[in-house]
Amino acid sequence: MRHLLSAGDLDRDAALLILDTAAEMAALSDRSVKKLPTLRGRTVVNLFFEDSTRTRISFELAAKRLSADVINFAAKGSSVSKGESLKDTALTLEAMGADAVVIRHWDSGAPYRLAHADWIGGSVVNAGDGTHEHPTQALLDAYTMRRHLRDGTGALEGVRVGIVGDILHSRVARSNVLLLQTLGAEVTLVAPPTLLPIGIEQWPCDVSYDIDAVLPNVDAVMMLRVQAERMQDAYFPTAREYSRLYGLDGERMRLLPEHAIVMHPGPMNRGMEISAEVADSARAVMVEQVANGVSVRMAVLYLLLGGAKELGE
Amino acid sequence: MTAYVFRGVRPYGEAAVDIVVVDGVITELAAPGTGVGEVIEADGLIALPGFVDLHTHLREPGREDAETIESGSQAAALGGYTCVHAMANTDPVADTAGVVEQVWRIGREVGLVDVRPVGAVTVNLDGRALAEIGAMAGSAAAVTVFSDDGRCVHDALLMRRALEYVKAFGGVVAQHAQEPRLTENAQMNEGVLSGRLGMVGWPAVAEEAIIARDVLLAEHVDSRLHACHVSTAGSVEVIRWAKSRGVDVTAEVTPHHLILTEDLVETYDPVYKVNPPLRRTEDVLALRAALADGTIDALATDHAPHPHEHKDCEWGAAAMGMLGLQTAFSVVMETMVEPGLLDWRGVADRMSVQPARIGGVATQGQPIAVGSIANIVVIDPDAHWTVVPAALASKSSNTPYAERTFPGVVVHTMHAGRPTVIGGALA
Ligand SMILES: [Zn+2]
Repeated sequence: MRHLLSAGDLDRDAALLILDTAAEMAALSDRSVKKLPTLRGRTVVNLFFEDSTRTRISFELAAKRLSADVINFAAKGSSVSKGESLKDTALTLEAMGADAVVIRHWDSGAPYRLAHADWIGGSVVNAGDGTHEHPTQALLDAYTMRRHLRDGTGALEGVRVGIVGDILHSRVARSNVLLLQTLGAEVTLVAPPTLLPIGIEQWPCDVSYDIDAVLPNVDAVMMLRVQAERMQDAYFPTAREYSRLYGLDGERMRLLPEHAIVMHPGPMNRGMEISAEVADSARAVMVEQVANGVSVRMAVLYLLLGGAKELGE
Repeated sequence: MTAYVFRGVRPYGEAAVDIVVVDGVITELAAPGTGVGEVIEADGLIALPGFVDLHTHLREPGREDAETIESGSQAAALGGYTCVHAMANTDPVADTAGVVEQVWRIGREVGLVDVRPVGAVTVNLDGRALAEIGAMAGSAAAVTVFSDDGRCVHDALLMRRALEYVKAFGGVVAQHAQEPRLTENAQMNEGVLSGRLGMVGWPAVAEEAIIARDVLLAEHVDSRLHACHVSTAGSVEVIRWAKSRGVDVTAEVTPHHLILTEDLVETYDPVYKVNPPLRRTEDVLALRAALADGTIDALATDHAPHPHEHKDCEWGAAAMGMLGLQTAFSVVMETMVEPGLLDWRGVADRMSVQPARIGGVATQGQPIAVGSIANIVVIDPDAHWTVVPAALASKSSNTPYAERTFPGVVVHTMHAGRPTVIGGALA
């Protein structure tokens, strides 16, 4: 496999290889020497057309821990914001000798286009495209679930996951549904009908409008960020009503089984989709998700650039 | 006196004759080998009335880098067309007598096809005030088709007024049916696939709701409505219902909506980005059936040239539209003729007679018969050709059919008695 564009591109073996490799990366990172020489002399470009400091830093840290050279190419304050096209930017990066381009773009499909339009020769990693996918987020979520559920055995078959919030606009939800299905987990999406895409009944998951009915039956619940501005497009009447019907507060959290964890891809809207009490509770694993993100991204870069043959071939 | 003879050609695929054309008029259908005049070899080929396109974007004035009236006329002639209707969304917009006369005059100077300008319904296409429809109708261009194509006349009151107003000039309002609020930032057909690809959907109901409203308005004010580029099975049902009520509505379908489906969007290649978007297989089949039974009256290309850089980019940044003039006949051949949905008289009707009638062009769509003006296309139904984008006459190359091999080749085209295409090349 040359690129990571969609969580749907990963079959079970490829996904498990990444997750197992991430575990090895994490073990190495726990040692005093944090850097591995694996990608010395390779160049990874973080091409961010959309602001996301946390994702960019995570990829940057992952690449540096593998000793790669990292170039951050941000749309803001660069030729991109003056209207240089994705194509011209890509040609520039190709001329610079980028071995991998980690791309975040507002347009669904932009990473696919970058990988298939003959503009560049290197690997492309989708770091979030529009309202399409965010495969490394799904990987880090699965990694986090493996560590916490089923006594850390790593088996996600039959694990029940609730994903709550703005499914329609969520690349995290799309990637998670695909990856969790591949790994054998059972997903239930929870949202008001306005925030579910047309055709969702054909997705490989269940759908509910009722969070209270779902929470008692899940091993993990993932709360998605909901922008309050969505109410301007009539997706819901008010932020307060959204929060009351679909937000996770302390009272709702107590509907969860004892062992269940609370996840969030960040950044959180405290008081909107998640209350401070929940965010700061012992069940919440958000801080750990961030740390796991670095390990997972190390694994992805390592397998794409260093050990490409083992992955997905 | 200028005389031409199409030697041994079969009008509508029927018995072979020599079509004799003298001074622009068909003067004789003679026994093969007996006609007198400059011979154009057409032995066993099929003659039809020259095609008429109701929906062409020639881009001039304003975007001459994408297409000009001349290059678009060349593409049209090579596609078998003898008349095109030039859409109004140019820069400046064709919303005054001055602009439509300029387009009409340049079209005449190029002289390959009749270029019939379409006038804007509203000033600058912005849907707020009626354009000077009467002045355009009364101009040398004698405009009869009015459209804000590219945009929908979504204000119901303005649409009602436009339908009423064109009655005084025997005009028709050609509606680009797209409810704007339901299609904000829309990128592709709304359905399972758009949900999976995370693209903003363009729902079928946004087209169907406008067509339903407009046929009722046309009925109420007793005027003529034409539905541009119908793309959904639901729209076909609405039009069928309206016609059964006696509403004076006509409709067109594009070649690409007869042959391409939404799954091509999975490639994220903007060459497949078009408005209205590519739909489902069920829609394609309903559109073919509707064109066959006459519920949809005409084929119209929606030929929409775009410069390379507007397609060589990511999907969201790309322009909507695809070339159509040179591939339209072959698409009809593959989707309608070969499966037996249309015979040659049917092709002549949907590609020439009906569009000429809807556009009010009396000199076009005349039968292959003595006394008719000699607008003629001669095609070889047994030959095949492969689309090479750079080889098309258009100044742009945004065809969705690159490298595709099609049945049906346009061999000769004659416009008003003058050969414009001979042996597949410009005469
Ligand atoms: Zn249109």
